Amino acid sequence: MSNLLEIRDLHKSYGDVEVLKGVDCTMSQGDVISIIGSSGSGKTTMLRCINMLEEFQGGTISIDGQEIGYELVGGQRRRKSEKEIARQRALTGMAFQQFNLFPHMTAARNIMLGLMKVKKLNKEEARSIAEKWLDRVGLRSRADHFPGQLSGGQQQRVAIARAIAMNPKLMLFDEVTSALDPELVNEVLQVIKTLAQDGMSMLLVTHEMRFAYEVSNRVIFMNQGRIGEEGNPKEMFHKPKSERLAEFLKTSSFG
Amino acid sequence: MDIAHFLEILWLARIPILKGLGVTISISLLAICCGTILGVFVGLALTYGVRPLRWLVRGYTDFIRGTPVLVLVLASYYVLGTIGLDLGPFQAGVLALAVFCSSHVGEIVRGALQSIPKGQTEAAKAVGLTFPQTFAYVLGPQALRQILPAWVNTAAEMVKASTLLSIIGVAELLLRTQEIISRAFMSLEFYLFAGLLYFTINYAIERFGRYVERKTAIPS
Repeated sequence: MSNLLEIRDLHKSYGDVEVLKGVDCTMSQGDVISIIGSSGSGKTTMLRCINMLEEFQGGTISIDGQEIGYELVGGQRRRKSEKEIARQRALTGMAFQQFNLFPHMTAARNIMLGLMKVKKLNKEEARSIAEKWLDRVGLRSRADHFPGQLSGGQQQRVAIARAIAMNPKLMLFDEVTSALDPELVNEVLQVIKTLAQDGMSMLLVTHEMRFAYEVSNRVIFMNQGRIGEEGNPKEMFHKPKSERLAEFLKTSSFG
Repeated sequence: MDIAHFLEILWLARIPILKGLGVTISISLLAICCGTILGVFVGLALTYGVRPLRWLVRGYTDFIRGTPVLVLVLASYYVLGTIGLDLGPFQAGVLALAVFCSSHVGEIVRGALQSIPKGQTEAAKAVGLTFPQTFAYVLGPQALRQILPAWVNTAAEMVKASTLLSIIGVAELLLRTQEIISRAFMSLEFYLFAGLLYFTINYAIERFGRYVERKTAIPS
């Protein structure tokens, strides 16, 4: 069986600064992988390369066997067309640290936009899918509220529903609880946990070590643009092999 | 001030005043409409244009914004003629005002688009929207709400700037008023009356802007 996600020798630089220095990673259907590491280690950048929110200069990323973003034409690496990249972006769903809901649309409308414009569903179909997912994240009654009328935790749950309603093969979570008040973190983590139990393939960049430990079947520790260590959460958190990881875990909230 | 006498003269002068008012409104409407349409393209070029185009448009807006409107009006009427583009006073005046309007609207549009957080574009991309779709459904509607107050301001400026066309002989409200004054010798009364008319137009524009702003406000 081919891998759901396959990253080979990923290189990414901002000008002269190389932030990803050759990352390899594979992921199967149903995997829940947490990416941990100190800030600046490249974990968010790696996530953003997967849906081409960042360009990358070397290596390949494929989802379900489809190469993302670039193609070789006569031996030359070339960026795919904008249309093709937009289509490939819909293979993944993404939730952001700052939610990024569209402020001028209701919760339901936020979810319906992609369904109608990308998936070309009609309004009724889109609305019923939006309601289904709002129900799943516990916000059915908020369908016609605008983002400004919702709490941070509620906004993030709508944002997750917006991404997942598109039926992506892989969900990307980029520090989705970092901007939330502590008392709102749990409701969002709970939603993610349920999705994991449903068999959704997910890649999470997170600072919630306890959560990473509980929800993921694999953890990747990023260190200075490379994968420092990876393995199952039990081994990683209890018996870190590298000194860098041991140090990182000591300073993080895990314990 | 003899009110009865003023009203009598005003009644006699009603036709030229109404004509002037009509011309003022036509000039303003044309300048605002053409200037806004052109200005939206200017704003898009300033925000998304590729480099040589962006520089070119940047040069255009900076040059126009740094030039007094009166100079634009005179140049449009007297200078364009020398290079073979012979416009009548009305056309030349509207052209000058529209160009002036476009540079202002362009800056307003650019400012509004750039003030939208990057996360909005990223979220739209992440859902799989193409750029035209992102612009139509996510960026545009948010930018419009930002543009509105400043745009209403610019529209009111255009109405005021239309008075400058009297210099090149366009028979708009101010020139008509001056003609009446030169015959009736009632400068205070008629200038006040003209001022009242200008105020009424701009007040209506402002109220309309407020109304649209209220209608399109995002609940929070």
